[in-house]
Amino acid sequence: MIALNQFLVLSAILFTIGVIGIFLNRKNVIIILMSIELILLSVNINFIAFSYFLNDLTGQIFSLFVLTVAAAEAAIGLAILVCFFRNKGSIAVDDANVMKG
Amino acid sequence: MTASLISFYLFSAVILLSSLMVISSKNPVHSVLFLILAFFNAAGLFVILHAEFLAMILIIVYVGAVAVLFLFVVMMLDFRVSLEKSNILQYMPIGIFVGIVFISELVIVLINTKLELKNIQILSNPLSNFKNLTNTEAIGSVLYTDYILYFQVSGIILLVAMIGSIVLTLRDREGVKRQSINQQLSRTSQIELKDIKSREGIDI
Repeated sequence: MIALNQFLVLSAILFTIGVIGIFLNRKNVIIILMSIELILLSVNINFIAFSYFLNDLTGQIFSLFVLTVAAAEAAIGLAILVCFFRNKGSIAVDDANVMKG
Repeated sequence: MTASLISFYLFSAVILLSSLMVISSKNPVHSVLFLILAFFNAAGLFVILHAEFLAMILIIVYVGAVAVLFLFVVMMLDFRVSLEKSNILQYMPIGIFVGIVFISELVIVLINTKLELKNIQILSNPLSNFKNLTNTEAIGSVLYTDYILYFQVSGIILLVAMIGSIVLTLRDREGVKRQSINQQLSRTSQIELKDIKSREGIDI
């Protein structure tokens, strides 16, 4: 039978892949948004694994809300990306330097 | 080795490989397609964990809406994919460093904690309350009663996201001819009625 720890290890590795993806892809904001989706997916796997192993429904409810907020976040992020591309002509993170930050 | 264990290993291996391909692929279209593959396999994992409703929602909402939205944006924006090796290697050390820090912290936490799930007594919605209900019915019976406030707040969040993305991407182009109904209805002086004889045409 599958243990809880296997799911936790899986979502930990998935989370780390997402974090590394944010650092690695400085040329492409879209892949950064996809890395955020991967991170949220790993969080969802954690929630549902705990929901199953605790015999509790609350994790699934919370995972539903995480999905909702992630969908809204993806929509807003892509809209900002389209705006940024119109103004700058590229989607590289390194080109977002108007505020000299 | 039971069937669920084999399918768990299969699904998780595909998830990890495809998420690695998501962050390392040169072509963003390939990244989106691998993201879709990862979502499908995560839905399989959710089915193993008896969360069928969320598995279907993951496929419908994520693959059907969010990933297709990504695909639209990738295909609409005509950006040059210019991933030079030097630029990847420039941020590789800090990326690997942060990744190692994250994974080691998580592994340390996982090793050092012994989760005694049987002893936890603070369940708020234990599954034994929903003995004869399917997963979807159980979620609905809790979501629309106990969590109605959060449900409506998430609806407001979606509404704000929709309005925000429309406002962000809407733009007025110069030189586009549009119908102005107000102007059409308010013109009076230049209207002229002519009685035209057939087969002759008119001179204006």
